[in-house]
Amino acid sequence: MRRLLGVLGVLVLLAGSALAAIDTYEFQDPEKEQRYKELVQELRCLVCQNQNIADSNAELAKDLRRKTYEMVQAGRSKEEIADWMVARYGNFVLYKPPLEAGTLLLWVGPFLIFLVGVWLLIRIIRRRPDAPGTPLLSEEERRRAEALLAQGDEGDEDR
Amino acid sequence: MIPELGHFALILALVVALVQGVFPLVGAHRGYASWVALARPASRLQFLLLLVSFSCLTWSFLKSDFSVLYVAQNSNTRLPEIFKFSAVWGAHEGSLLLWALILSAWTAAVTLFGRSLSPLMMARVLGVLGLVATGFLAFLTFTSNPFERLVPAAAEGRDLNPLLQDIGLIMHPPMLYMGYVGFAIPFAFAIAAMLGGRLDAAWARWSRPWTQIAWVFLTLGIALGSWWAYYELGWGGWWFWDPVENASFMPWLAGTALMHSLAVTEKRGAFKAWTVLLAIFTFSLSLLGTFLVRSGVLTSVHAFASDPSRGLFILLFLAAVVGSSLALYAARASKVRSRVHFEPVSREAALLLNNVILVVTTVSILLGTLYPLIVDALGGGKISVGPPYFNAVFIPLTTPLVILLGAGTLARWKRDRFADIWAKVRLAFVASLVFGLAFPAVAMGGFSWRAALGMTLAFWVFFTTLKAVRDSARGRGIGGLSLSQWGMALGHLGVGVFIVGVTLTSIYSTEKDVRLEPGDTYELGGYLFHFKGTTHLKGPNYEGDRGEVVVTREGEVVATLYPEKRNYLSGMPMTEAGIDAGLTRDLFVALGEPLGDGAWAVRLYHKPFVRWIWLGALIMALGGVCSALDRRYRVLARRQREALAGGVA
Amino acid sequence: MKARHLVPLIVFTALALLFGYVLVKMNKGEYNPREIPTEFIGRKAPAVEIPWLYDRNQRVSSAKYAGKVWLINFWGTWCPECWKEHEFLLHLSRQGVPIFGVDWRDDDQEAIGFLRSKGDPFDQVGVDPRSDLAIEWGVYGAPETFLIDAEGVIREKHAGALTPEVWNTKFAPYFLGREAVP
Repeated sequence: MRRLLGVLGVLVLLAGSALAAIDTYEFQDPEKEQRYKELVQELRCLVCQNQNIADSNAELAKDLRRKTYEMVQAGRSKEEIADWMVARYGNFVLYKPPLEAGTLLLWVGPFLIFLVGVWLLIRIIRRRPDAPGTPLLSEEERRRAEALLAQGDEGDEDR
Repeated sequence: MIPELGHFALILALVVALVQGVFPLVGAHRGYASWVALARPASRLQFLLLLVSFSCLTWSFLKSDFSVLYVAQNSNTRLPEIFKFSAVWGAHEGSLLLWALILSAWTAAVTLFGRSLSPLMMARVLGVLGLVATGFLAFLTFTSNPFERLVPAAAEGRDLNPLLQDIGLIMHPPMLYMGYVGFAIPFAFAIAAMLGGRLDAAWARWSRPWTQIAWVFLTLGIALGSWWAYYELGWGGWWFWDPVENASFMPWLAGTALMHSLAVTEKRGAFKAWTVLLAIFTFSLSLLGTFLVRSGVLTSVHAFASDPSRGLFILLFLAAVVGSSLALYAARASKVRSRVHFEPVSREAALLLNNVILVVTTVSILLGTLYPLIVDALGGGKISVGPPYFNAVFIPLTTPLVILLGAGTLARWKRDRFADIWAKVRLAFVASLVFGLAFPAVAMGGFSWRAALGMTLAFWVFFTTLKAVRDSARGRGIGGLSLSQWGMALGHLGVGVFIVGVTLTSIYSTEKDVRLEPGDTYELGGYLFHFKGTTHLKGPNYEGDRGEVVVTREGEVVATLYPEKRNYLSGMPMTEAGIDAGLTRDLFVALGEPLGDGAWAVRLYHKPFVRWIWLGALIMALGGVCSALDRRYRVLARRQREALAGGVA
Repeated sequence: MKARHLVPLIVFTALALLFGYVLVKMNKGEYNPREIPTEFIGRKAPAVEIPWLYDRNQRVSSAKYAGKVWLINFWGTWCPECWKEHEFLLHLSRQGVPIFGVDWRDDDQEAIGFLRSKGDPFDQVGVDPRSDLAIEWGVYGAPETFLIDAEGVIREKHAGALTPEVWNTKFAPYFLGREAVP
């Protein structure tokens, strides 16, 4: 427990506050600028309480932004830079979890649940007991009844 | 003395809550009328005691009584008065006391407005609420006492986190808690109904306005949080899918499903067991949120400082409440099932699909929020799940929901046909496509498929809602619409407005970080930003610099903005953005670091339609209020009271 | 009672058990949501060549440790845990353990003053003012200490102050022939 507190104590020093973390990097190429912006929003600040490196004021976040800038300017792709970061800090540094065996349930889960939900829905609707078979009204009575019901439905329908 | 009084009142409230929880429930089960009669007075007494306790804590803050540990940790003599007041709920213990107070207030409200309920039902509802209150008050008394003393008393307190010294802080948590706690009422109703073995349309009619009001508060609370983060944090964002944000969003989604499900149960007597389950689900999510935020299992800027032993207490409480409710559900659900017939194409089916999508979305967000924890606990290492994941999942799931919204509101109850619905919506469908595809190119100056999709969905909502209003007004005129119908229209309209805000701001925002010297200008989004330099500035508990930025468009001055960089006495630097708010766009300037020679790193934003995000939420909330105030709830309540009075006499 | 009505209860119980398990682990100190595991165990140590703390024009490097077991320690005068472990590092250096110090994001003069007044446990000490080396080693806080074996492979890492307990259990076994530190 004390070790835990020790590590935390140290980390607190480097933890940034949530303020405008503004660097004045210049880009000649708008595509590179866009790549940089996307990366710094998807890379996690390792010493913060759940922030990306774009928004964090922490020193380490600043340095990671600089590294990202340098690599973007050097022409590396988004995947390459992300891989570079993961090689050093693990998948934790990416806000977009990779698609691998361990995260399959995560990525596929919502849509599976959706399909299950829809399947259950169809079953429930189909299982509804049908109205009794023998007609109790004559054709003429039935038509009058339907006309009356249609009128009533319209007034009823919005509540 | 005052803290002792507050502490004493708290302990008394715990005892009263226990009485309120146990006696009426046992009494209702065994038929002891005197025990049943205890429910109302106990509820009101509990509220009064907690009011006293909370007032004592507030008093301690306003008087800067640093002999109280909680006050010393969260306040300071130099803190402006209004923030001393809001600091009461700025950290764990005080906010929990606020939770308990609000729960007792809602409970007392039930005693006031529930005179049309049968005494047995009332007793069960209040009893359940009493048990929930007991749990919270026990947690407070035994692990999180806000009145704990600091001996010797500190001469000066630690400052309140500067991020929290803001009007948004004053409003946001109380609103949220009103929402979270409010969902305890339909929950208590569901439990009471299962205990009594009876669930009819009257139960739904009773639960519905309470659910709507709770939902309204939660909507406002979340919107406030988003708005506050936007202007206070200086990075122009309004939602991060942070675990604590998700903890508030999940009950909102479930609560929305519950509102819609209650509509069907009230009108058609269908979905009874499902509505009960949803009521349990929604309040469970409120409690789960409390657990996640205060136990330390999740990492978040919003999380309260915590320790795992507190977490265990909350978990046990959560397990007791939710576990027993679900066990009761398993036992009694078959008794309350509906046997109502409806066709696959009908409003009932549409609302059922609405519920499915909302619940699936809620569960997906829960999955994403908990996944890092699960993987880590099972030894799979650490991963992060953030906005890229949640956006990738949320948008595909809610798009069909929005489409359904349009078709569902125009569907008939019990039985309808695709052809008839299509006949009603085809004009709206075509118009939505036309406007949706045209808007990005014409109004925003650049086409984008994502923007087109968003705008088409928004227009679809607008046009179908308009059609629904027109159809209802036919023959009666617009004044003939009931509040309930207005509620639905506004609620849906709010969704459309929200979609406009999210779509346009996400796609068409521009931002730039630049180095500016006094006299420099920069062009962004068609506006020219003139940096005039900074002046030194001194506040009540901070010092800093204040910049002046004049914004012009085509030569005319549009706004003058004053972004600030503050250094609080507690050592934390803060930035206050200069924002020119507008209906069609926000202009946003934030100061970074001084770069020497009067030059500054400055961030400029042009954010089109960002206000529509919170405007949409406001309109939704207004819709909820309208629905809750509909005449028939009041008329029916009065009639039932009269009937009861007549029956008893 | 219908079986399917039990489903919500079952799902919830599983979830509650998961939370309980996590909390118990946290209470025992075995699980810390804020601690990030390292990717570097079993990897070849990145080459280290940085400016010398005492004279930035000269450089220090890890090349001289080839064939030896050595430690690399990331620290800074701004880090209270580093002050705590300093005594023990001095003790280790007196026992002959080679420690390569990396003064991370620090003020040179303050660091030199610190080492002069409190003692210098480092066989060599360099500076990393812009986190270039720290990032290469996946460091996210200070102090962090890595152990590299004679083949140049990273075998252990510890985040936080190095204490005798940690030394005995994780690091000491690699220094064969050395006595365990009391």
